[in-house]
Amino acid sequence: MAKVTFSIGGVHPHDTKLARERAIEVLPLPQTLYISMAQHLGAPAKPVVAVGDRVKTGQVIAEPGGFISAFVHASASGTVKSIAPRADLAGNMVPHIEIAVDGDEWVEGVDLSDTLVTEIPSDRAAVLDKIKACGVVGLGGATFPTHVKLNPAPGSTAECLILNGAECEPYLTSDYRILLERTKEIVVGAAIMQMVLGGCRCVIGIEENKPEAIEAVRRALTELPYDNIEVLPLKKKYPQGGEKQLIDAVMHRQVKSGGLPISVGAVVQNVATSLAVYEAVQKNKPLITNTLTITGDCLPVERQHNYLFRIGMPLSYIAEYAGGVPAEAAKLISGGPMMGRAIANLDAATVKGSSSILYLRADTTLRKAESACIRCGRCADACPMGLEPFLLNRLYKAGDLEGLEQASAHDCIECGCCLYSCPAYIPLLDHIRQAKGQVMGVIRARAAAAKAAAEAAKAAEEAKKENK
Amino acid sequence: MDKLLVSPSPHIHAAVSTRSVMRDVAIALCPAILVSVLYYGWSELLVLAVSVASCVLLEWAITRWLLRKPSTVGDLSAVVTGLLLAMNLPCTTPWWVVFIGAVVAIGVAKMSFGGLGQNVFNPALTGRVFLLLSFPVQMTDWTVPQGFLRNVDAVSGPTLLGKVNELGLAGVADVDYLQTLLLNIGGSAGEISALALLLGFGYLLVRRVVKPWIPLSIFATVALVSGIFHLASPEVYTGPLFNLLTGGLILGACFMATDYVTSPMNVWGGVIFGVGIGFIVMMIRYFGSYPEGVSFAILLMNMTVPLLNRAFHQKKFGRA
Repeated sequence: MAKVTFSIGGVHPHDTKLARERAIEVLPLPQTLYISMAQHLGAPAKPVVAVGDRVKTGQVIAEPGGFISAFVHASASGTVKSIAPRADLAGNMVPHIEIAVDGDEWVEGVDLSDTLVTEIPSDRAAVLDKIKACGVVGLGGATFPTHVKLNPAPGSTAECLILNGAECEPYLTSDYRILLERTKEIVVGAAIMQMVLGGCRCVIGIEENKPEAIEAVRRALTELPYDNIEVLPLKKKYPQGGEKQLIDAVMHRQVKSGGLPISVGAVVQNVATSLAVYEAVQKNKPLITNTLTITGDCLPVERQHNYLFRIGMPLSYIAEYAGGVPAEAAKLISGGPMMGRAIANLDAATVKGSSSILYLRADTTLRKAESACIRCGRCADACPMGLEPFLLNRLYKAGDLEGLEQASAHDCIECGCCLYSCPAYIPLLDHIRQAKGQVMGVIRARAAAAKAAAEAAKAAEEAKKENK
Repeated sequence: MDKLLVSPSPHIHAAVSTRSVMRDVAIALCPAILVSVLYYGWSELLVLAVSVASCVLLEWAITRWLLRKPSTVGDLSAVVTGLLLAMNLPCTTPWWVVFIGAVVAIGVAKMSFGGLGQNVFNPALTGRVFLLLSFPVQMTDWTVPQGFLRNVDAVSGPTLLGKVNELGLAGVADVDYLQTLLLNIGGSAGEISALALLLGFGYLLVRRVVKPWIPLSIFATVALVSGIFHLASPEVYTGPLFNLLTGGLILGACFMATDYVTSPMNVWGGVIFGVGIGFIVMMIRYFGSYPEGVSFAILLMNMTVPLLNRAFHQKKFGRA
């Protein structure tokens, strides 16, 4: 079968999937959990418990703070010790609920057995409600509330549900492990989302460097009774797991600048999200666990791990359990080496979207000194959005906002391909990120001004009418 | 682990740097340099050594004492300029002429524009053309000294293109094309072996240092233009094969016209750039007073690069 990929740009970093052979292990409960109120895209959740309350595992402890927001649950049973701001991994203060753990006593009605439930419910609204109630968010990185994404605006129809199993970032292996170990659950989750979206086609995209996962899903599909779900092996290329890139690879359609995937008939969900949907809908189990990889080039294979963690476990707790931070580690990253965030505060708590603790040695991660642009064009060749990073960099330095907008700085997906491939080590993405923010600000201000002008005109019109 | 490094993503980098790129270009020039040294002997080695040493020293001195900035010679771009300049000179060029060429290449064409990345004109070619205009006698002395290959007879005389320029087609009635491909008689180091140059260019393509569009469009244009003229009157105009394999065309197309800084960044801009070079080369060869025109053609088209970069842009995602 011909392997497909996205059509513009991309790079080929070495995949370094060091922890790929390490089976998922369950982490023991810590004494304290810190559960963030801002672990999804959108408005922070509002706590519904008070200090001193006893909570059970899976109990709702915070409710959505807006339309785009999500429920948050207790990941273990215990007592609410405090509700206060706490530093996240970048050091920003975010409200957290602190739970003194006393055990793992679950709320009623959760199916904790391993039995596979393959029957797909047919009540669409009930399923969406369950997904919402269980606090499921996209686990591919953006943590967008899943129930919102699965409920496209009236008038738009989903033609294809794409399950993202690309895992194109080097080092990360959590998606690979769940594809191997929770294959059938992921497929059932896909079938559930397929039903919610009105029975569209479903494609599970997996990069070719994970042939075992491709084979496992293929086997599961023959054993399970669902129609219209297929596996699509993808050529290995970063950033294949980018939403727009994956849609391009699978459907050969390009989402317009500023457009949503649904505008070309696509809905993309990560394989880990599919697993969370399965657990929510079939088992009534809220999203309180996820899989995380502990890896890095300074760790021997036996110290690489894939862990099933409870959301709210401090990163430091997990690192300690895994044998401590290696001495050679110069930089700690949450996420992959291309798009992940550097950890400034190891005491930060894990969130729903945590996918890794990656240790990088100084010689792997330190940037060399910036030198002059030699106009080789590698950045433009690498950009998966077809932008010209060298030009954006120059326009940013010149403060030319108009030029930046014309050159589509706001289309940047911050994948890092430009800086990764620049032989002169020019901090292209650092600058483009700033430029993107400025251009988005201009676009938003313009939209707001246009809206205000329209309202003023309308008011004037009405005033005129009344005067007559 | 007392301190954690914190920086924005990406946290890893491809194994590429300006230095590695320049090193690859230098490696790619090695087969042709080897052939020229074997063929021309010590005098060629001297030209190469003087050229590279002068270019590197001049850049170091200028950054150190004139600009008072950290030296940039570590990026090896001066080495590449030195090699290319030497390969564009006859092996009999006196050392002080080579040095003047280096002064123009590095001092004028490169550093006075702001150093690597800022120059409009290809430094090595600027140096070469300056020498050609200033020292026409030394620059067209194609005496062939005894090389290290004992079985090659020392020949004296003009290059094939020089013969055409003086004597017309009668001068090159007995050209052996296999010979021109393997070991050209007469000319500068970069004109000796087309095969060695193409071998080096193949290396650059495999290492993805350059893309083939600019050389291909130059070759195609030269073949097309000379093909048309040759078909129209074969007794006056030389044919495509002759024009492709003689002179500095292959060196120019593969190593000078593909210089990142002085060539367009976009594929289509590069094609237009190449077509322009090919056309100007043929006009100079057929109708100009110089026998060869690759250097002039590339320098003329260098001037269009800012315009071509402005006119041609990448195809953006989702903005059809």
